[in-house]
Amino acid sequence: MTQKRISKELQECLTTPPAGIKVNLVDEGNIHNWNIVMDGPADSPYVGGKFQLLLVLPTEYPFKPPKINFKTRIYHPNVTFDEHGSMCIGILKSDSWKPSSRIPNVLTAIQQLLLEPVPDDAVEQGAAQKFKEDRKAFDKEARDMTKKYAK
Amino acid sequence: MDSDEDFGMSSEEDVLEDSENDNESADGTDFGIDEPEPDLGYTQKEQVKKEKKTFDTTFKVYHPDDIQAQQDDLIDEVNMILDIRKEDAAILLRHFRWNKERLIEDYMDRPRKVLEDAGLGPSTTGPPKLEVIRGFMCDICCEDEPGLQSFAMKCGHRYCADCYRQYLNQKIKEEGEAARIQCPQDGCKRILDAKSLDLLVTSELQNRYHELLTRTYVEDKEQLKWCPAPDCQNAIECGIKKKDLDRVVPTVACDCKHRFCFGCGLADHQPAPCDLVKKWLKKCADDSETANWISANTKECPKCNSTIEKNGGCNHMTCRKCKHEFCWMCMGLWSEHGTSWYNCNRFEEKSGSEARDAQAKSRVSLERYLHYYNRYANHEQSAKLDKDIFTKTEKKMISLQTASGMSWIEVQYLNSASHALQTCRQTLKWTYAFAFYLKRVNLTEMFEDNQKDLEMAVEALSEMFEKPVDELANPKLKVEIMDKTSYCNKRRVILLADTADNLANGAWEWSNGH
Repeated sequence: MTQKRISKELQECLTTPPAGIKVNLVDEGNIHNWNIVMDGPADSPYVGGKFQLLLVLPTEYPFKPPKINFKTRIYHPNVTFDEHGSMCIGILKSDSWKPSSRIPNVLTAIQQLLLEPVPDDAVEQGAAQKFKEDRKAFDKEARDMTKKYAK
Repeated sequence: MDSDEDFGMSSEEDVLEDSENDNESADGTDFGIDEPEPDLGYTQKEQVKKEKKTFDTTFKVYHPDDIQAQQDDLIDEVNMILDIRKEDAAILLRHFRWNKERLIEDYMDRPRKVLEDAGLGPSTTGPPKLEVIRGFMCDICCEDEPGLQSFAMKCGHRYCADCYRQYLNQKIKEEGEAARIQCPQDGCKRILDAKSLDLLVTSELQNRYHELLTRTYVEDKEQLKWCPAPDCQNAIECGIKKKDLDRVVPTVACDCKHRFCFGCGLADHQPAPCDLVKKWLKKCADDSETANWISANTKECPKCNSTIEKNGGCNHMTCRKCKHEFCWMCMGLWSEHGTSWYNCNRFEEKSGSEARDAQAKSRVSLERYLHYYNRYANHEQSAKLDKDIFTKTEKKMISLQTASGMSWIEVQYLNSASHALQTCRQTLKWTYAFAFYLKRVNLTEMFEDNQKDLEMAVEALSEMFEKPVDELANPKLKVEIMDKTSYCNKRRVILLADTADNLANGAWEWSNGH
C-alpha cells in the first residue's frame, strides 16, 4: 500500500525537486533509501557548499516520519557535528508529523533551518552559543567548515 | 528488657483498648458474638488504622469504574448545559483539563473560539460514517480504485478507511496517544472524537483508546493520582496541594495495600517532608559510597582543606593545590621535621596538634552524615527483608495452626506483628534522614527520645518474632508479642503525631542548608 505513495513522491522529487535540491536512490532496487544533495542556500554561510543527506523511509512510512541525517559535516546549532549529522527538526517529531506530510516539505524545512538556525533548540551547544553571542564568528566558522567539508 | 517495663506497657495498652472499644459501641457498631474478631492484636491494628490521627491525610480511593463514571457524569452535565454532542463535550472537557466551570464560562463568552482551540472547528450535525466517493484518491496511500471506502471528520479532510485505521493504530498503540489525536491532514488541528474512532477501529483498539483517555483524566486533575504499585489500576483523590508539602507529609493507602506519598509518589516516607526526602536521596546517591571511601582513605590539607589521598609510602606531603608541605602522620609543618626526614616520631608540636584539630573538625560533618546514613540504610535493608518476613510469617501461621491446633483467627497476631514491623521500620528509616537535617535544639532531643523508644520496641518485637514455631505457640509469648505489637504501633503514632504537629506549626529548625 505504501509502495504506491513512495513511488509517487519519488517520481515528483526526481522530476521536479525543490530548488537547490537533487534526489536519487542510494541503490536502484530500494525505494526506501534516498540520497539528497542540498546546495547551501544563498544568504547563508553555507553558500557554495554541497551537502549530502541520507533520507530513510521506515516501513511504516507515511505513518511514521522519515529519518534524515547529514552525511556531510556541517557546523550548525541544530545538527550534530559528527559522523551521524543528526538533527532536531519540528516536522520530523512524531507529534507533529502527519501521514499527509510530504518529503519536499521536509527538505524545504531543512533548507529553512540552514537559513535560520534555532539556537534555543540546539543539539550543538557550542555552535548555538556562538550563534547567539558572536554572529560574525559563527558565520566565519560555518563558512570555513563548509569550505573544508562541503566542496 | 525487665519485667517492670513490660508490665507498664501492657497496662497502658489496656487503657487504650478500653477507650477504643467504648468508641465502637458508642458508634453503634455491632460486634456480635458471631463476629469472629476476638483476637485483640488483630482488632487493635485495624483500629489504629481506622482512627484519624493528626498526621493522617484525608483521601479517597477510586477504582477504574468510578473513574469512568466521574468522567461520564461531567460529560453528561456539559452535554446538557451547552447543548452539544457528548463526543464534543468530552473533547472540550479534555481540552480544559476537566475544569468544567472554566469551560462553561469560556464557551458562553466565545463558543466559536473555544471550539476552534479545542480542535472542533465549525460543526454540522450527523453521525460519522464511511463513504464511497466517485473519483476519490487517498492522499496518504495514493490509492484511487473505485469503491474505496473513505472517511472524513467535520473538517472535510478525507482519507481511505485503511489509512485512517493504520494512522490510529500508530497513534494509539505505538505512541500511547488518545485525547489529542489530530486529523491526519498536515496542519489540521481537528481532534478525533470517540464516536469516529469507534466507527473506524477494532474493539481491541477501542478499549485501549478508552483506557488511555481515562488515564488523561487522572493525569489532568491535580487532586487525582495513580497508585504507583505495579498492576494497580486505582487512583487516589487527595486535596493536598504542592504548596502544602512543606507542612504535611500526605501518605495515602491504596486499596491494593500500597502506601505512598501523594506529594511525590514515592513509598511512604513519614515523618520526612517531600523536599527533604528528595534532597536526602540525592545526597545518598552522590555521597554514600564515596563518603565512606573518603572517610577511610583521605585527609584534608591543613592549609587549604583540599581532600588528599596518599598514593605512596612517603609521609612528606605536598598539596597539589596550595603547595603546602606537611607530614601525613602528624599533620604538622614539614619544615619543623628538621632532619628526621621521611619518618615522623614527633607528636606534641604546636602546628601538628592545631592541624589535627582542624582535621577533626572537617571530619565531623562527614562522620555525622555517615552516622545517619548507616542507620537509614540499615532500616531500609530490613524493610527490604519485609517481603521475606511476610512470606515466612504466612508459613509460620500455617505450621502453627497444624502444630498447635489454633484456628486461623488465633494466629492472626503474627500477621499483625509482621505488619507492625514493616511500617515501623519504614518510619524509622525516614526518621534518620529527617534527623540529619535537624538543628540541635530542645525539640530535637524529644524527637530523638521518640525515635529511640520506637527503635527499641521494634528491635524487641523483631527478636520475639524470629522465635521457632513451637515457642511461638506458647500462650505467654503470644501475649507478649501482641503487647509489643501494639506498643510499637503506639510508639509510631506518638512519633508521627509529634513530628507532624511541629511540621504543621513550622516549629522544626533545619540545618545543612535545608
